[in-house]
Amino acid sequence: MTHQDLARQAFYDALLDDDPQKLYDQAPCGYLSTTPDGQIVKVNQTFLTWTGYDRVDLLERRFADLLTVGGQLYHETHYAPMLRLQGSVREIALDLVRSDGGRLPVLVNARMETDAAGLARVVRVALFDATDRREYERELLRTKRRAEESERRAHELARTLQQTLLPPQVPAIDGLDVAAAFRAAGEGAEVGGDFYDFIQTGVEDWVVVLGDVCGKGVPAAILTSLVRHTIRAVVVDGRPPASALAALNEVLLQEHTDRFCTLVLLRLHRAAGGWITTIGRAGHPPPLLVRTGQPPQRVGGDGPLVGIRDAPAYLDRELELRPGDALVLFTDGVTECRGRDGFFGSDRLQSALANSTGDAASIIESLMQQLLSFSDGPPRDDIAALILRVPDRSAPRSA
Amino acid sequence: MLFAHGFGCDQNMWRHVAPAFADEFRVVLFDHVGAGSSDLTAYDPQRYSTLEGYADDVVEIVERLDLHEVVFVGHSVSAMIGVLAEQKLPGRFDKLVLVGPSPCYINDAEYVGGFGEQDIEELLDSLDSNYLGWSSAIAPVIMGNPDRPDLGRELTESFCRTDPDIARRFARVTFLSDSREDLPAVRTPTLVLQCSADVIAPASVGRYVASTIPRATLVQLAATGHCPQLSAPEEAITAISAFVRPTTPDAGTGSA
Repeated sequence: MTHQDLARQAFYDALLDDDPQKLYDQAPCGYLSTTPDGQIVKVNQTFLTWTGYDRVDLLERRFADLLTVGGQLYHETHYAPMLRLQGSVREIALDLVRSDGGRLPVLVNARMETDAAGLARVVRVALFDATDRREYERELLRTKRRAEESERRAHELARTLQQTLLPPQVPAIDGLDVAAAFRAAGEGAEVGGDFYDFIQTGVEDWVVVLGDVCGKGVPAAILTSLVRHTIRAVVVDGRPPASALAALNEVLLQEHTDRFCTLVLLRLHRAAGGWITTIGRAGHPPPLLVRTGQPPQRVGGDGPLVGIRDAPAYLDRELELRPGDALVLFTDGVTECRGRDGFFGSDRLQSALANSTGDAASIIESLMQQLLSFSDGPPRDDIAALILRVPDRSAPRSA
Repeated sequence: MLFAHGFGCDQNMWRHVAPAFADEFRVVLFDHVGAGSSDLTAYDPQRYSTLEGYADDVVEIVERLDLHEVVFVGHSVSAMIGVLAEQKLPGRFDKLVLVGPSPCYINDAEYVGGFGEQDIEELLDSLDSNYLGWSSAIAPVIMGNPDRPDLGRELTESFCRTDPDIARRFARVTFLSDSREDLPAVRTPTLVLQCSADVIAPASVGRYVASTIPRATLVQLAATGHCPQLSAPEEAITAISAFVRPTTPDAGTGSA
């Protein structure tokens, strides 16, 4: 006989040798039969080898007795009810307690057999050693928990960083009703690039700025911080917005960053009956003036965004804010807020403002509500808006 | 007759028992919020951080459905949820049936609940291991009931829907609860159904409940395990019938 023939003969001999008892006892899985109540009535050799029990030890015990206490709780609250209700359970992860007290992680499949009348007769249980798989799954679970924790911390960090880029609260300015709103893009995992600030430069003089640094995340936050503090530094000498924007442009160019920034920067000086404002604008959507009886109108100076060009020309525009007037500053996150029917757009913004009444806080609240209900899902871009409103002469002054 | 399921399952637990009472009672079944086919968006971790939140839901069901002379049948943790609800709505409950109750699962000085806190942590681990991809794996399982495929679908759907996060929270609330001080205040006639060899609610705990509730009767069942309504529905029906049906010569013979 050739070597190949010999091998074939040995294979057939082994098949003949594989009687049902051997198939049962030496199966590569633990195999139990229990009464419907779980009392063990039959067990194969593989199970005994794995667990170290003697057959006689097991025949008086219930399957659940071989589980850890936590496993017993799971057995009673999930496994047993499912077996009764579904007639089978699959891939249940449990730990067996071995005779030496050690644990054997197993995956369990079980089926309840019923007689013709539907009465439960016997439960057949197959158990698979799952030591490595369980370790791997635990590792996955630990990794998942770590990932969730990291995500939580990233949110926390983003929120903290964001707070350093915005004033903690809107200042109380005598004779001016001010409100601000900010909503970071997405689910709050990243720092946004929108910002605003209020700087008092004299008894009745203020600088207000609202801007949008391109991009988001840490690099944008660093630039936002630079922009905010540069503005604070350059406006103290009382220079007009155009000059402040030019100075900011110089600083950004020296930074050699490829990021840029758009903003509206305005000075406010209190005058009899209202405020005189000088508005500078650098590549940013123009503010809207909301005046009773008139449609909202775009106002403000002109000039390119900062951080790109050498020696850009900025043009300021002066405007008188009278009682009842509201000046609305916003970033493109407002007009480009995406809904099912496209962008929110300036038409919707103008009509939202034209129909708004009340103080600055209620105007901005209503605007944000309209935006969020328009948006399909979390906003994709940051949203920032400011309202500067001169209270009506008749209305009591709210400080 | 209002049936409340315990931790780990849903109202399907009552499918072999509840119909036996439909002849004489209006039978009301529900899934606790977070279990079965309940609206998961209604799950508020704060509200359901104690059994009180679940008891408030029972109160809401009784009030919304305008139920009177309620026979409350609560399994496992819902036994104590029923005890709490009874005290929130005095006079509305006619009878309490507590199946495998335990007012406190953790051992405490002389009181033996049966578990230590580390056992509960082990259960949470067990839950975690079994939710790794488990919910979608179980979906194709169809109950051994080929002529009623709707049952299988309903069942697998509801088992699938157990949110692992909610299951963990409910497990904590259940097994770390302590309602022992609420038992003496129960005024409603109460039946305690005690199983044999129940690891979750051992016989000594059943005796404790029955001796602490003023008007309680203890019935020891031959059924083993924690779910007699599934493993021995006839025996459970007989015991509950004897308690809830008006006494007539042939009541409680298990003819239902």
